[in-house]
Amino acid sequence: MNIRNFSIIAHIDHGKSTLADRLLERTGAISAREMREQVLDTMDLERERGITIKAQSVRLIYRAVDGQDYILNLIDTPGHVDFSYEVSRSLAACEGAVLLVDAAQGVQAQTLANAFLALEAGLEIIPVVNKIDLPAAEPDKAAAELASVLGIHPDEVIRISAKTGGGIEELLERIVRDVPTPPQRPDQPLRALVFDSYYDAYRGVVCYVRVVDGSLHDGDTVLFTATSEKHEASEVGVLTPRAVRVPALGTGEVGYLITGVKEIDRIRVGDTVMHAARIAEPLPGYQDPKSMVYSGLFPADGEDFERLREALEKLRLNDSALVYEPETSRALGFGFRCGFLGLLHMEIIRERLEREYDLDLVATAPSVAYQVTLTDGSVQEIRSPQDLPDADRIDHMDEPFLKAMIIAPSEYVGTIMELVQTRRGMMEHMQYLSPERVELIYHLPLAEVVFDFFDNLKSRTRGYASLDYEPLDYRVADLVRVDILLNGQPVDAFSTVIHRDKAYQYGKRMVERLRKLIPRQLFDVPIQAAIGSRIISRETVKATRKDVIAKCYGGDVSRKRKLLERQKEGKKRMKMVGQVEVPQEAFISALQTDTDR
Amino acid sequence: MSIASGRPDSADLADRARHWAAAYVHIPFCARLCPYCDFAVVTGRDGSVPRYVTALRKEIAGEPDWRPLDAIYVGGGTPSRLTPEQLGVIVDDLGKKFGLADQAEVSLEANPEDWDFTLAEGLLGAGFERVSFGAQSFDPAVLGSLGRVHNPGQAASAVSVARRAGFRSVNIDLIFGTPGETEASWRASLDRALALEPDHLSLYALTVERGTELSRAVAAGAAAPDPDAQADAYEAAETACRAAGLIHYEVSNWARPDHGCVYNLITWAQGEYLAFGTGAHSHRDGVRRRNVRRFDAYLERIEGGQSPQQGEEALDPWEREQERLMIGLRRTAGVVPGQGGEALLGSTWGNRLQEAGVLGLVGGRLTVLKPLLGDEVGRAVLALQPGER
Repeated sequence: MNIRNFSIIAHIDHGKSTLADRLLERTGAISAREMREQVLDTMDLERERGITIKAQSVRLIYRAVDGQDYILNLIDTPGHVDFSYEVSRSLAACEGAVLLVDAAQGVQAQTLANAFLALEAGLEIIPVVNKIDLPAAEPDKAAAELASVLGIHPDEVIRISAKTGGGIEELLERIVRDVPTPPQRPDQPLRALVFDSYYDAYRGVVCYVRVVDGSLHDGDTVLFTATSEKHEASEVGVLTPRAVRVPALGTGEVGYLITGVKEIDRIRVGDTVMHAARIAEPLPGYQDPKSMVYSGLFPADGEDFERLREALEKLRLNDSALVYEPETSRALGFGFRCGFLGLLHMEIIRERLEREYDLDLVATAPSVAYQVTLTDGSVQEIRSPQDLPDADRIDHMDEPFLKAMIIAPSEYVGTIMELVQTRRGMMEHMQYLSPERVELIYHLPLAEVVFDFFDNLKSRTRGYASLDYEPLDYRVADLVRVDILLNGQPVDAFSTVIHRDKAYQYGKRMVERLRKLIPRQLFDVPIQAAIGSRIISRETVKATRKDVIAKCYGGDVSRKRKLLERQKEGKKRMKMVGQVEVPQEAFISALQTDTDR
Repeated sequence: MSIASGRPDSADLADRARHWAAAYVHIPFCARLCPYCDFAVVTGRDGSVPRYVTALRKEIAGEPDWRPLDAIYVGGGTPSRLTPEQLGVIVDDLGKKFGLADQAEVSLEANPEDWDFTLAEGLLGAGFERVSFGAQSFDPAVLGSLGRVHNPGQAASAVSVARRAGFRSVNIDLIFGTPGETEASWRASLDRALALEPDHLSLYALTVERGTELSRAVAAGAAAPDPDAQADAYEAAETACRAAGLIHYEVSNWARPDHGCVYNLITWAQGEYLAFGTGAHSHRDGVRRRNVRRFDAYLERIEGGQSPQQGEEALDPWEREQERLMIGLRRTAGVVPGQGGEALLGSTWGNRLQEAGVLGLVGGRLTVLKPLLGDEVGRAVLALQPGER
């Protein structure tokens, strides 16, 4: 069989989905009538944000200029840094990758990071400049950048317009010519890579697999290596993009596998599927999804706790990277401590909970996992500020660092350096990709990146900078926990672990903000920020002095009663922190991330 | 003498008032609209006064018989825009229909600029013996920002004219806490009012009511009254009134002995009263009713033989108990605790309010000790569940 397995690597909005649509159209996988723009992005949120969250694959049949038919398996990859593990699994299912760059925007950090992943995986790279029809397009410049990054000649870069279809022919021919045929090892024991999975309400978990060795037949008893679970392959098939059942998937083929498993976490992306009766060495590279960022999610209305739990359970059916455990906050009530792959992942989950499940949520400030070494030598991983042991029991703490790659026009280097400096970043490397564009490599604490770093970077560079990062290591840091106290009572939702140099600033800002948000009460309410027992900032909400209706005569009784009733209902929605009434909105507003951190 | 003899803050008076009967008559006419006012008023409709008086008489005639009245209160709007004859006819009608108790208090509101000796004598002849002047301030700048057309001198002379003419009881209304009013200005207004030796003084914190010109101005960015400045002004007033021998007997009211306002004492005791005119509210047989507020709608309904009533409210026994506390606790005399008071004292909120020194038992009566925080108590009362302990 003439099989070519490839994926498309591109930055957000550089036209990956449009190109996929064109390929589907051109190969007749989908008729023009059926053509819905960006077929591969199925989730509403993906379509709105123009990003791909879950990788999917599609099988195309292409009759090449040489007169032969080729099976082209297009394996979609997520475009965002949070999902780099998923990207690496998708790439592991391919022999080639189309590296797509916008002719007006040039090479971006994520594109480069993913291209390096592809090169490391030994993939054949087909460099493509897209959107050459745009007035602002500078195809020569973009091609030169690509060539310089990949160490190739600019002539090797294909120029296309996915929108108009220009250059698609040439690209298809190049895929056929350059992407290697998968190695043929039909007699080897079965090894198939699970590169994605999703939950279907009727069919259970559907796995996307790439058969690396041997073949996978309908009815085979298979073993999932990571979980050691055996299941019967109740159905195998290919996506055209509709699911089409086939008797078997042979070596090098890409398709789907259904086993009747209903729980998504029993099928791990990156796992190896084998025949239960013929065990082989698993494929390399499997990792458990690892949470990078944690945040407490609480229903704004405590009554919604059960609905939140159900919604999280449902989301997890399709997203095994989402982890959560119940968390109780004195201030916010019952909720969940959730772990996310990164900030975008966190934002997507929050948005889906609010939008698809109609939940009103309060999220605590995102935090990272710290490694705390106690004086007795033991080490704890701390994911929530409340779990931090007392300072006198802590020997030292380590925080996660990232290697961050920023690509931006060179005129913004100054402002980027300034930003990174305020975030405790250290520059490792800087190189010019072209006279106008520069690549900067930094080592940065993750904790500094989770607070609006990307937004800040974007606004400082008018949106021209791109960012990619990967976990680096843990480093010793001078960290403290700042508590916020209302009338002497700590409010757990506002506690944060922060670098000592920034503690005062954080404390001062929170108490100032809360002073404006907390209504006056029957007594003075001190608001304090504290490190341990040391108060670092203080404000006071002065006691109410006047709260009485001036006139209440014969005609006023009913009306005034209703006015007080309404005010009383407002009071009911307040949460009690000790003796202090705090409106729900105060928590939400105080926890809103800000740009001045 | 008044039926409300004795100290206005006495517990005995506070409780007796529950059994009295009153009639309120609303006169909606005004020369101009004051920016803070949210009462049912009309301007430029003085030509319709005779029609309105006829309508009032028809409404009074249509009211089912009741018991003799202990008070008639003619409020507004501006009652003094009517002639003593027009007002007298209404008082006569009420007296003939329901009867007037011995020492009944017949009171009206008046604007200083309308007041002169002739009017005062006419009103005395019509049966009035108490007058309440909307002086509001003795500072021309404050009067200006309140939209008032009289000058401080007119207010002062109105009070002395009323006295000379022989009114038994004279009240002065003042408004404090207008943005721009200084502490000194307020003290001066207060001193000037006290120097006139009123029998009764009503001091109101300027309130931004919904739908008023003031609320629109504030929404558009104009200064709103500052509650702390109003608290200062209120405290200054408490001291000054005490020194002048006036007794504080309700959140916003002070009086000499024998001069507590009968109609208002009835309201705060959850007593009953009839009400006539646009937007007027009555309380009869345990039901609160309100008339249509719009002037033309009122006239059309009455003239068309329809009831002017637009809505009514009948509370269940527990809600009435809550209401009794809510309004009764506005008085210095407080309330007999009763079922609701016991519940309040035993509730979480009741405890908080006692700890904060806002609420307490004084001589066995439940009392608000810090009248400036009365709404905190009102909300706590309304939050009580039936049978809560």
